[in-house]
Amino acid sequence: MTVVDLLPLVMLGAVLGLDVVSFPQMMISRPIVAATLAGALLGEPARGLMVGVLLECFALETLPVGASRYPEWASASVVAGSLLATAPSAGPGVLTLAVLVGLVVAWVGGWSMVQVRRVNAHLAAQRHAAVARGSRRVVEGLQIWGLSLDLLRGAALTLVSLLLATPATHRLLAFWNVSDRLSRAVVVGLAASVAAAAVWKLFHAVAGARWWMFGGIVAGLLLMAVR
Amino acid sequence: MTMALPFGTRAAIFLRLLAIQGSWNYETLLGNGIGFCLEPALRRLPGGRDGAAYREALARQSQYFNAHPYMAAAAVGALARAELDGEPPERIIRFRTALCGPLGSVGDRLVWASWLPLCSIVALGAFGLGAGAVGTVLIFLALYNLGHFGLRLWALQAGYTHGLRVAAALGSPVLRNGPTILARTGALLGGLSLPLVLDRIIGPGRAVFGVVLLAATVGGVLLARLHGRVEGWKIAIGILACFVLYAVIR
Repeated sequence: MTVVDLLPLVMLGAVLGLDVVSFPQMMISRPIVAATLAGALLGEPARGLMVGVLLECFALETLPVGASRYPEWASASVVAGSLLATAPSAGPGVLTLAVLVGLVVAWVGGWSMVQVRRVNAHLAAQRHAAVARGSRRVVEGLQIWGLSLDLLRGAALTLVSLLLATPATHRLLAFWNVSDRLSRAVVVGLAASVAAAAVWKLFHAVAGARWWMFGGIVAGLLLMAVR
Repeated sequence: MTMALPFGTRAAIFLRLLAIQGSWNYETLLGNGIGFCLEPALRRLPGGRDGAAYREALARQSQYFNAHPYMAAAAVGALARAELDGEPPERIIRFRTALCGPLGSVGDRLVWASWLPLCSIVALGAFGLGAGAVGTVLIFLALYNLGHFGLRLWALQAGYTHGLRVAAALGSPVLRNGPTILARTGALLGGLSLPLVLDRIIGPGRAVFGVVLLAATVGGVLLARLHGRVEGWKIAIGILACFVLYAVIR
């Protein structure tokens, strides 16, 4: 991957990373969008979408609720989408490795968000007196500083992850010794398990929801059979 | 008498609301963001930006606050109205404290636990039915942001209209019954979408599809039963790492 390829991806990771919490939270940071955009930047939107769909299945399980700690899917999806889009071929193992890297980067990204929040807390504590005096400059400054820090976080995470994961993935692919069908089956099976459990956990408490889900599964299978 | 906010001020508040979590932290949570969003309205207090009323109000509004980021628009609208109406500071502080809980729980249930997963499921379903990259992404973003921007605009307007009586607006049938309707729809579409997604990614071969469907069902039931004790995506990292090792050293 050249610098010309890296720069737009890093910028995409930064902007989408910002969307997770800071600005504007319109969910361009969701895997299904972020990975597709990364793939599109590299001329392979369909491959980006494929990995985006799988990561979206995992992301269904994690709710971005306020102070809770959750994975950061945006930069992770940009990295995973790029890995799949830049792989020499869409052969065995590529999808599996892209999803694995995406999950790991999402974990690290979640940790990096916590660090940004700690820095924000430190800055807010240092400027508490000025805020208590009603200083507009300080109130706006804290906001702009927090936004900038989050933007840098997304860029750094995307850059480091791409620099580490791209050569590592290519090296592992050279030794890959399992069929494409089995490789796909494992990763798709895992994603579907997590997504099914997530849908259940989210909605089962509502009266009748389990029957709605069961009806949906039957309808989905019927639709598949007649297509 | 209530002061009508000019369009420019409302637009500035709305744009700032999109960045309300810009300085989110574990000490003041959304607090600084509330002050940041209210600032354009506070300029209309007697004395303007250099007045004592402006500085006191900005200081008051930049303290600790917690709410769902979209529903915080209702707080910003109501607090702007209270400040511009000249309500006593102690009353504003009490009201501000009382708002945190309801705005957090209503927003979390409606958006994070219902609307967002439903929109993801719809996009997954569209993919499963054969939608391409542009179609899938556009369906997700258009649907999600229809609700997102609609909610923020409504909340800001409701907050400013009702002021300290904004709790009445929170009793709206959409907020009360919305999560239940969205949950049933999400459950139905979730069940419908997942087999279609599996089918499209696995490709031709009914035998493999059957095995994966069975494995996914067993895995899903196990993860659902372990709800609250394990996180599926973390388990997936372990399993995938083991599989990669197997695939390269085999």
